[in-house]
Amino acid sequence: MLRQSALYRYRNQYLMLLPGLILGGMFVFYPIFAALYFALHDWSGFNAQRVFIGLENFTRLVGDPFFWSAFSRSLIFLVGTVPAQMILALVLAVILNNQLLKLSTFFRTFIFLPVVTPVAVIGIVWTFILSPFNGPINGLLLDIGLISRPIDFLGSSDTVMPSVIGVYVWKWLGITLIYWLAALQTVPSDIYEAARLDNCKGARLIWYIILPIVWPFAIMILLISAVAALNVFPLIMSMTNGGPFFASEVMEIFIYRKAFATGDGSIPELGYAAAAGVFFGVVVLTLTVVQAVIARRARGGPAGRAPI
Amino acid sequence: MKAPAILSPKRIVFGDHKPTLQIALVSFGLTCLCLIWIYPFLWMISTSLKSTGEIFAGTGLIPDVFEWHNYRRAWVEANMGRYFFNTLFVTVGSVIIVTFCTATLGYVLGRYRFPGRNVLFFGFVATVFIPQGFTIIPVFELLSFLGLSSNLVGLTIATSGHAMVIFVLLFAGYFSQLPNELEESARVEGVNFFQIFWYVMLPLARPIVVTVVIMQVLHAWNDFLLPLVITLANPAIRTLSVGLYAFKGEQFIDWSGMAAAATISILPIVILFILLQRYFVNGLAGAVKG
Repeated sequence: MLRQSALYRYRNQYLMLLPGLILGGMFVFYPIFAALYFALHDWSGFNAQRVFIGLENFTRLVGDPFFWSAFSRSLIFLVGTVPAQMILALVLAVILNNQLLKLSTFFRTFIFLPVVTPVAVIGIVWTFILSPFNGPINGLLLDIGLISRPIDFLGSSDTVMPSVIGVYVWKWLGITLIYWLAALQTVPSDIYEAARLDNCKGARLIWYIILPIVWPFAIMILLISAVAALNVFPLIMSMTNGGPFFASEVMEIFIYRKAFATGDGSIPELGYAAAAGVFFGVVVLTLTVVQAVIARRARGGPAGRAPI
Repeated sequence: MKAPAILSPKRIVFGDHKPTLQIALVSFGLTCLCLIWIYPFLWMISTSLKSTGEIFAGTGLIPDVFEWHNYRRAWVEANMGRYFFNTLFVTVGSVIIVTFCTATLGYVLGRYRFPGRNVLFFGFVATVFIPQGFTIIPVFELLSFLGLSSNLVGLTIATSGHAMVIFVLLFAGYFSQLPNELEESARVEGVNFFQIFWYVMLPLARPIVVTVVIMQVLHAWNDFLLPLVITLANPAIRTLSVGLYAFKGEQFIDWSGMAAAATISILPIVILFILLQRYFVNGLAGAVKG
């Protein structure tokens, strides 16, 4: 009776929840459970029958070298981008945060410009810039005599990952910069004054004065950047399609290739792709939880607010 | 306060501060960095105005002859005009859907302790970091089931659903901080629940609405995996990003046409960014501060 009256009392609220719940139910909650369900099936195409095969997809994944190389490439990508992005952005943020620098906003706009530009467009423009046939970077390197033959940055398996990592850092540095600037704004200005009087500047200022203060933010920024670095599908797809010879195939490209089997004429393996997605999702989630726990510690025990 | 006299270069760099060598050097270094930073954009615009011959002759950034017809070719023959309006449709549609759905959801979640509230709230929080690769297959399957897997409406709805969680949390956080007195006094006046939301609470949440609108515009204009998958069967509904990607696959040698197409794709969002820069930056900074 009491429950019923509570439901009735909040009838307007429930009504208002409805549109958001329908949208969230369709595209947030349902896909998670459906992916788990599909992962347990053999399913070769959206019109085909699903056959329950238990955990077979997962045991196949564990033995699939393509899966493991895609998985490790995602991790390499993470390790290659996030520290560079965090450190570069922090140094820039400290410089741009300086009150005496009148052009800060102007510089910030420029650094931020790639962030608002569609990733796929960025990827395509960069394939031209890095092109061995008359691309401007090769042109410059040839002109100053650093190399004698053009480098096929995206076409050789040695240079493709560093190139993609470089473009990724270029693209997203601005957003990390904004995060750091927001964090730095919480540092009281008299602290800089005191540091200046003690003749503490440069790397020491960052390391001993600023970092301890912005530490909780740093964890948050690290978390956001790390998760973003695992979602690189558009950039890599538009630059290399995962090639050459799978040399830049990260997890999401692997999933896409298995599920939507474009080009090479193989049969779509939706159940298998879903299993790979689940595996990957669990890893991302574990990473998130670990970092969130650390962030909570850094903010001083359970009294700190939940992440986000 | 006195109005600034003349905007001399010295004044721009140093403001009212005494010129020092250090600031001059830092400013100079940053200027060089910024030029390198935006070089790809300059190169793109320059290439979009050159003839194919001139691109491969490898001259400087400023074209000898401005070939404006590259833009016409991209807009008409490469279908960028059509893709432009598809993208606009998806962006505007998803902004309306997302803002409405997340504001209402965030309002109820942020201000009321109804039965089931905590389950719902933490359910949303738990899904924040689920990667898109995880959910793309079920999303596509669901749209096929609803008969929406190869049209713009389906793409718009799916684009709305994908990024909503963070927005819900932003709204919930903001609404939960607003004082109760406003609502109570409105209720005493006989204003009903929905009117209170629409006329009193939502206008107060304007900063969050602006943030959500901007972030969703950015998301919809940038999205790639979802439109790629949905337009596989129906090229007519491609968005700009997917259209450009297909263009690259089909016409690999037409650099100037592609550069023109790329310029068309990024121009609206860049103009929007420059006009509303403050909101972009504050919105993003808010995400990390919260």
